[in-house]
Amino acid sequence: MSSTPDTPTPIWRDDRFWKAVFQIAVLAGVIGLLSVFFSNLNDNLNRTGLQFSFDFLAKSASFSIGETPIPYSPSDSYQKAIVVGVINTLRVVLVGFVLTTVLGIFAGVVSFSDNWLLCKLSLLYVEVVRNTPLLLQLMFWYFPIFLSLPPPQTPVQWPGPIFLSKTGIYVPWPTITPMFWLWLLALIGVVIAAIALWQWRRSRQVERAESGLPQLVGLIILGIIALGMVTIAFNWQAPQVSRPGQFEGGLRLSLEYTALLVGLVVYTGAFIAEIVRAGIQAVSRGQWEAARSLGLSSGQVMRLVVFPQALRVIIPPLNSQYMNLAKNSSLALAIGYPDLFSVASTSLNQTGRPLEMFIILMSIYLTLNLIISLVMNQLNRMVQVKER
Amino acid sequence: MSKKGLISLIALALGASLAACGGPPSQPTDQASPTGSSPSGLGTTSRLAAVKSRGKLICGVEGTIPGFSFVDSSGNYSGLDVDICKAVAAAVLGDANAVEYRNLDSTERFTALRGGEVDMLSRNTTWTLSRDAAGGNAMEFAPTTFYDAQGMMVRADSGITTLQDMEGKSICVETGTTTELNLTSRMTELGVKYTDVKFQDGTEAVQAYLSGRCDGFTSDKSQLFARRTQFPNPEEHILLDVTMSKEPLGPVTMNNDSQWYDVVKWVTFGLIQAEEFKITQANVDQVAASSTNKDVRAFLGLEGDFGPQLGLEKDFMVKAIKAVGNYGEIYDRNIGEGIPRGLNKLWTDGGLMYSPPFR
Repeated sequence: MSSTPDTPTPIWRDDRFWKAVFQIAVLAGVIGLLSVFFSNLNDNLNRTGLQFSFDFLAKSASFSIGETPIPYSPSDSYQKAIVVGVINTLRVVLVGFVLTTVLGIFAGVVSFSDNWLLCKLSLLYVEVVRNTPLLLQLMFWYFPIFLSLPPPQTPVQWPGPIFLSKTGIYVPWPTITPMFWLWLLALIGVVIAAIALWQWRRSRQVERAESGLPQLVGLIILGIIALGMVTIAFNWQAPQVSRPGQFEGGLRLSLEYTALLVGLVVYTGAFIAEIVRAGIQAVSRGQWEAARSLGLSSGQVMRLVVFPQALRVIIPPLNSQYMNLAKNSSLALAIGYPDLFSVASTSLNQTGRPLEMFIILMSIYLTLNLIISLVMNQLNRMVQVKER
Repeated sequence: MSKKGLISLIALALGASLAACGGPPSQPTDQASPTGSSPSGLGTTSRLAAVKSRGKLICGVEGTIPGFSFVDSSGNYSGLDVDICKAVAAAVLGDANAVEYRNLDSTERFTALRGGEVDMLSRNTTWTLSRDAAGGNAMEFAPTTFYDAQGMMVRADSGITTLQDMEGKSICVETGTTTELNLTSRMTELGVKYTDVKFQDGTEAVQAYLSGRCDGFTSDKSQLFARRTQFPNPEEHILLDVTMSKEPLGPVTMNNDSQWYDVVKWVTFGLIQAEEFKITQANVDQVAASSTNKDVRAFLGLEGDFGPQLGLEKDFMVKAIKAVGNYGEIYDRNIGEGIPRGLNKLWTDGGLMYSPPFR
């Protein structure tokens, strides 16, 4: 305070100096710790006579995998086995994203419902699921719920041509032929056209105050076309009982897959419900009141005014829930589903290469999560307020 | 204050890393240094010294297989595998109860051993080349304490009598085991298509089998026998008359520590040798006092220096036998009524149990 302006500040009293020193010290500490770990690792490898190498990946895996979406036999390499594991993980994770989003948004929105029962049910669901461990929930879905299904000789048939038994859940599924892919491509085209038409209609309504009736008719026609394609052209195959205990046609979902999927979706859905609830609450009351005063119904207020604004708050934490779902899928081993982690732990046991396998595992999960993050950040950028 | 604390912590970490770098070079191959000569008792010396200075043996077991290693409701461990741990603890430390057990499942056992979390494994581990070799799991296998074979359990009313009948069926199996590989190769050989459902934990695999998820449960026959005793209705399940593999099970230690490996190996051999000498838990003192047989006297440490050669007391085998008895006694006590001894008889009775001479 009283120091004269012409005497230079001694270096040990300069804040910037200490900040730099502190940074260097932290850096040195980190490098030191890493070198301890590395030399420790090296010592241990030397002591046990192990060599660090990824050569084993090309060797024959010689173990079988219960569910293989791509052709795989035990004589294939470890590399191929890991690929099967990755696909099995993706099967759960990608379907999980869709279902968990639907469930989470539904439960979150319902918690604002005027219906007392729906509201309390949503609250109960969120509280029960959020306060119990996921592993326990997976075990719960698998052992007492899914494994108490009847034996294949006397399956439960519900609803329609869906069969539930101990060997799996059989659902109708399109016949996969080259034609199917063409039809699928056409369907995607129809969907894109419908979205374009919808936006055109919206802009006409907003900018020129037109009724948008011709476009609505167009949308309905597109909808009928799409419905026709899905029901007729896709050539759905319903599962049928060929012999007692044997099913033909349709798609078989194993109980392990279903239990894992249901467990993850229910668990993550509860967290997403909370995020959605928080997002909606973050929209100021004035927006509700203003929208109401325009004469919108409460459903319209939610859909047109509140929810788009809530998305800005919802998307960033949603990102981490998706990542959690992807990572939590590695608990599959506990209920017998051959995901990436399960295949990798068999491989590391058979080869005795935990270090190499862990590096592979970490980089795969890291890549997966970085991609999720990237996509979600793009989405986030899209819904943010654009100031022009 | 907190900043100061952090800086001192970093300084400490730095100092530690420097010390680690400047420390004596490790001797990965030198195992000849006798016990006790190393002042620290840590680092690159044999695990024998570490066990002695700790005063306790840490033994990795399965923990859920009756007859082999099983924890009862009051926390006591029993079984053949457990008795091997006790024998080693008695031989090394003079106290059969100086054992800390770690329950390890099949996927974590090797990592635990490799990381030094346990001194030895005594948990139904099959001796295979890739587990033994330095290029594989790099472990050392002490003598086989149980010659086993893989079998298949099915429900008695399922009508399945051979492996061919398993076509299109599902089979529950514990992952990370040789069982998994044997199942694959045997079924591929027979051309039988099946679905396997793998679990990390044997208990979960059994539970899935019992609730009807799988038509069969495959494991070592000893495990099938043992697990069936825990079933609500054991008589509803049968073992197929098939042998899918050979499964020599025994204790395991880590590679490149031959001093510690020798201790585990020779204590195990000693239990077999004791049965051959007809030395039992009950008569060991009397034999020691009265025997004039030179081999027996050397075995019991009354003559010669077998114990010191291993880095142990002279009477290490006396302590081991007093604690758990000879191999035959261990077998009869733990699994005698369940599984006939068969291949696990002494070589003199037509079995495979054979100890190299104590000379």
